[in-house]
Amino acid sequence: MWTSILTATLIITAIALAAGVLLSAASQKLPGNSNQVVDQVDALLPQTQCAQCGYPGCRPYAEAIVSGEVSINLCPPGGDETVQRLADLLGRDPEPLAEAAIVASVAVIDEAICIGCTHCRSACPVDAITGAHQFMHTVIRSECTGCELCIAPCPVDCISMVPMI
Amino acid sequence: MSTPAATYDLGKLYGGLRLPAEKTVSTSLEIQRIPVPDQLVLPLAQHVGEPAHPVVGIGEYVLKGQLLAEPYGSLSAPVHASSSGKVVAIEPWPVSRRFGENAPCIVIECDGDDTPVAPSEDMAPYNSLPPNALLKRILQGGIVGLGGAVFPTGQKLMQATTMPLEYLILNGVECEPYISCDDMLMREQAAEVLGGAQILMHALALDACYVVVESDKPDAIMAIGEALAELGDERIVLKQVPTIYPSGGEDQLVQLVTNREVPSGGLPTDVGCVVQNVGTSAAIYRWICEGEPLISRVTTVTGPGVRSPMNVMARIGTTIADVVSFAGGYNEEAEQLIIGGPMCGKSVTTDRVPLVKATNCVLVLTEKPVYGNEQPCIRCGECALVCPIQLLPQQLYWYACADNESKLRTYGLTDCIECGCCDLVCPSHIPLTSDFRNAKARFQELADEKARAERARLRFESRNERIANEQQQRERELDEQKAAAKKAGPSAIDEILNRRKNKQQDKDDE
Repeated sequence: MWTSILTATLIITAIALAAGVLLSAASQKLPGNSNQVVDQVDALLPQTQCAQCGYPGCRPYAEAIVSGEVSINLCPPGGDETVQRLADLLGRDPEPLAEAAIVASVAVIDEAICIGCTHCRSACPVDAITGAHQFMHTVIRSECTGCELCIAPCPVDCISMVPMI
Repeated sequence: MSTPAATYDLGKLYGGLRLPAEKTVSTSLEIQRIPVPDQLVLPLAQHVGEPAHPVVGIGEYVLKGQLLAEPYGSLSAPVHASSSGKVVAIEPWPVSRRFGENAPCIVIECDGDDTPVAPSEDMAPYNSLPPNALLKRILQGGIVGLGGAVFPTGQKLMQATTMPLEYLILNGVECEPYISCDDMLMREQAAEVLGGAQILMHALALDACYVVVESDKPDAIMAIGEALAELGDERIVLKQVPTIYPSGGEDQLVQLVTNREVPSGGLPTDVGCVVQNVGTSAAIYRWICEGEPLISRVTTVTGPGVRSPMNVMARIGTTIADVVSFAGGYNEEAEQLIIGGPMCGKSVTTDRVPLVKATNCVLVLTEKPVYGNEQPCIRCGECALVCPIQLLPQQLYWYACADNESKLRTYGLTDCIECGCCDLVCPSHIPLTSDFRNAKARFQELADEKARAERARLRFESRNERIANEQQQRERELDEQKAAAKKAGPSAIDEILNRRKNKQQDKDDE
């Protein structure tokens, strides 16, 4: 009787060991699915690329969220709705927004004042500003995400935000 | 005179309501032609899809039937001049639409001569044309669905030819109260309606057509029957259906006539049917056989607020003010102006709006209908009983209040035809249809937002890629320069410095 118990224990232990080795090898060799989660989180973010969360764009913030290093309430353009959706997706507790939510708006260049310095053009994260050096610039309204990143670099303060209709 | 008997083998229509018809007031007179007005206002978007692009300029003299705006984009229809005159403006003008108040319009000051444009040369008889060419021609006539949905007919037919088809159904079921324009059209222009049916059958390579008329239009049934007997085309069959609102809805009509259910999110072509309004059919006949594009239509001017209710044949672009004054004007009690019928129409605040291709009725009511105060839903389920789509409006209402998009989709909000039956029976006077309309608008908003975010993401990614590429390029160039300098050794650097020194000296000597 003792032998049969011993055999059973040995067999089970051997199977468990083999499975453990296999799984650990797989987890090192095969790519993890965190990329997929990043995609899902990225899809919930508003894609304004405004960097108000402290990361240089929506995808970097999504990566930071998935790695667990930051909280999910740092996206003012997304508002409480986005926090709620992120909480649902990741199984975390929803938190109130760290900063007040902002209304959707777009940047407008006062073209009479613009001196054509191209600073705003290089600051735009989605290439929504067009114009050549020393020529008037303009915002492509349909592509502007309202991130406000073009406002600070402008040396003549000719960019203002207007609410999106 | 004997008429072919209307047939009665029908499918089942779910729900629906029997509404007071109120049609006889406007059917006592024949269709009256409104003379050419002083001014015509032609919106660029009189159809579903993208607005047309103007091809005439301000100050240009245009002739009746001349192309004013050509279709633009994948779904669009052209606009033609309804009479001759001078284009005085292309500007925003109040129009009757579901969303928004003003839309760009071409304004023509008519000279009253009504000079027609020279007829086009390719007026070959329709049955000598291959179906494809015929469809293209229909597209050019500016013809859109005149039942109210104003879908560009040419495109609808082209989509239909990609599917296996069995029946052409001509919709003479004018189920909304007050409206009688299709009734009068069938009474007076039955031959043109059937001529259009023959053209459509040729274009779609079909040999079965039902002309479907509601049972409360005996004169129209008689007229169609007589025209049918004269024509002797055995492919066309007249069918009579009971008078239940909304049996004139496209999917409902298919269900009634063929007993086939159009699948959710599908089209009648999915079950082998193409539905066209009788007015559209007559318009196709006039365009293909007489060369007249869609520049006029029959419209019912009615309601207790109009002095003499009647059906009029009006130029597209005539203002509603002109139309109403032709019908004797408003009486003292007139209160509310509605474009369209009482169920699906839209209330407007000014009669400066033009009559467009979609305008089947101008309704003037004497008092704003008094709805009771809205009260909480008591879950009685009356709305579910009358819903012709078999939806559950009480559940949809719940989820619409909670703005729960996924539930609204599961419960089939996108299939709602906004017929208004649920509103009418609701004992708590909840404006269900307008709630559903708003919820649908919100769907659209969310979809737009999503598309915008997706575009922004792609632009962000491609910008990052471009910046990374530029960086690499610069590094590579720098490396190459460094390598070249190293290869040449220190003597090369001396050489460069000497050359520069010599140059400087040359300059100094001069």
